Amino acid sequence: MKSQIRLAAMSSEQEGVVVQVLGGLGVTRRLDVLGIRPGARLKVTSRSPLRGPVTVRIGNAQIALGFGMASKVLVDVEGEGSG
Amino acid sequence: MKILLVGNPNVGKSVVFNRLTGANVIVANYPGTTVEFTAGKVRVDGQRVEIIDVPGTYSLEPTCKAEEVAVTMLDGMTDEDVLVNIVDATNLERSLNLTLELIKRRKPMVVALNFWDETKHTGVKIDVAKLEVLIGVSCVPLVAITGTGIKTLVEHVASARISSYQFDDAERWHEIGKIVSSVQQIMHRHHSLRDRLEDASVRPLSGALIAGVVLLGMFEAIRWIGEGLIAHVCSPVFERLWVPVVLKLSGALGGTGFLHGLLIGKLVDGKISFSESFGLLTTGLYVPLGAVLPYVFAFYLVLSILEDTGYLPRLAVLADTVMHRLGLHGMAIIPMLLGLGCNVPGALSARIMESRKERFIAATLMAIAVPCMAQISMIIGLAGNYGARALVPVFVSLLLVWLVLGRILHRTVKGESPEILLDVPPYRIPYWPGLAKKVGMRMVWFLREAVPWVLVGVLLVNFLYEFKIIAVAGNVAAPVVTGVLGLPREAVGGLVIGFLRKDVAVGMLAPLHLSLRQMIVASVVLAMYFPCVATFVVLAKELGAAGLLRATAIMLGSALIVGATLNAVLRMIVG
Repeated sequence: MKSQIRLAAMSSEQEGVVVQVLGGLGVTRRLDVLGIRPGARLKVTSRSPLRGPVTVRIGNAQIALGFGMASKVLVDVEGEGSG
Repeated sequence: MKILLVGNPNVGKSVVFNRLTGANVIVANYPGTTVEFTAGKVRVDGQRVEIIDVPGTYSLEPTCKAEEVAVTMLDGMTDEDVLVNIVDATNLERSLNLTLELIKRRKPMVVALNFWDETKHTGVKIDVAKLEVLIGVSCVPLVAITGTGIKTLVEHVASARISSYQFDDAERWHEIGKIVSSVQQIMHRHHSLRDRLEDASVRPLSGALIAGVVLLGMFEAIRWIGEGLIAHVCSPVFERLWVPVVLKLSGALGGTGFLHGLLIGKLVDGKISFSESFGLLTTGLYVPLGAVLPYVFAFYLVLSILEDTGYLPRLAVLADTVMHRLGLHGMAIIPMLLGLGCNVPGALSARIMESRKERFIAATLMAIAVPCMAQISMIIGLAGNYGARALVPVFVSLLLVWLVLGRILHRTVKGESPEILLDVPPYRIPYWPGLAKKVGMRMVWFLREAVPWVLVGVLLVNFLYEFKIIAVAGNVAAPVVTGVLGLPREAVGGLVIGFLRKDVAVGMLAPLHLSLRQMIVASVVLAMYFPCVATFVVLAKELGAAGLLRATAIMLGSALIVGATLNAVLRMIVG
């Protein structure tokens, strides 16, 4: 079963494929050049408490992004998701 | 002919640059901006050619100032100039975006596939010959850190050609996808120990634990190196070689008089005391070279290792959880850490923050709550036998000020605080010659900035005493200094000189034999109330007149409040 959730809602170690970045042109482009764009497969490596940053692995790269930015990335995840 | 080194951040560009250029390198600011770049010379085909290390960029559609500079530099290229595009072979897809944008510039170009050795254990296999055919330029596998491939790269620069590769720019990512799928094979890879360590150091719990160990180790190392250098190098040199010279001069000057006071200062029990004599040739030379330099060297050595191994970005990610509540983001750890070495580069590096609000908060917080290594080493000396009983309250107070004031500034300063977005590079072994060069440049920089000001400070102290100005200022400021802060009247001298140099100011407190309470209050107030003049000048440039005025008001106000509170609280605890 597949479901779409925000990157900020994913749990540590969870994998998924980016569907869409729901932000303005600026954010979309900055994420895009770092590899966070539709079709990219990523894995969450860490989440911080208190709406702190989320880090993900894409290929061999590791990217840290703020909670607000991570809330703008829509991801297709396998298995159980909270919608 | 010029060579421009272009590539994403963290692709080892500066190691390649160091490999190619050797010693004679200049660091310059790009005109009209605050972005630094380096330039040097390299021998190509028997000719000495200029090579420029262009600031790292992900794209030629700039999203920040460093990227704008990169684009401007490319715009200024002539037809003879050659592009050397450094690519991260372990992240081929992401790197190729810039490569394809560069190809559109239609300039002679060579691609260097750096970190070639890492492709093996990251399970990446790249067909170089096929890649060359597809993108139409030479591609050279490279391991910059060991130098493998550097010679081949230089040979290819001489015969660099313009690519004839045609594609629709709107379909760039599609093109990249096609290239990558035909030249790159990804093998299954096991999670290596390095991967696990990398992940653990950004997770909140394990990360905090690792950060604690690293920072503790960092400070222990700085203390060990600093103390070792002072005990085995600086003190022997000053005591055995310099003291006889100064004593001879003292005798020649008759042991007293104005000039004697200026150059040598007062003798303590007929002997020279480097901490209390306060002459230009005694205290004036000893403070920067004998007491401070060893710690500054130790600090920059350790910091550069943290930088070059790739730990700093991870610390930034961890720090972000706290920092984004202070109106900053994790990268503000850079101005704070640099400020611990010297506030001047700390204030300069506040530029890396994107918004005005962030730059103001970062620079102000750093100037108020982050004491520099010069000051710290003098405070440690001053604390002497009190040791941790004096030092812990000083640094805990400053940390609390940093947190509380940051929170207040975040709430009150208008403007945006963008979030962190950061590429976290893998852990790597530093390139030692490059690291040594960096530490060397930072030391030269410290000596050039600090020594003159220390001498000016000591000179001024002598004049102020000679003309009884300190005594007058003491009378004027006495109600605040003795009443509110509970310090002896003579401490005013230190507070006045603190405008010039914090280390000299702390040094002036040494002959006063302060109590534990007074020592803590004086150290905290001295750290907070005003930056040294060199930092002040940089802050003026970075924040503008209005921003500087605001920052200064915040400094004086918070120093007074914190000093008074500390004095009241400590009076109850230690008396």
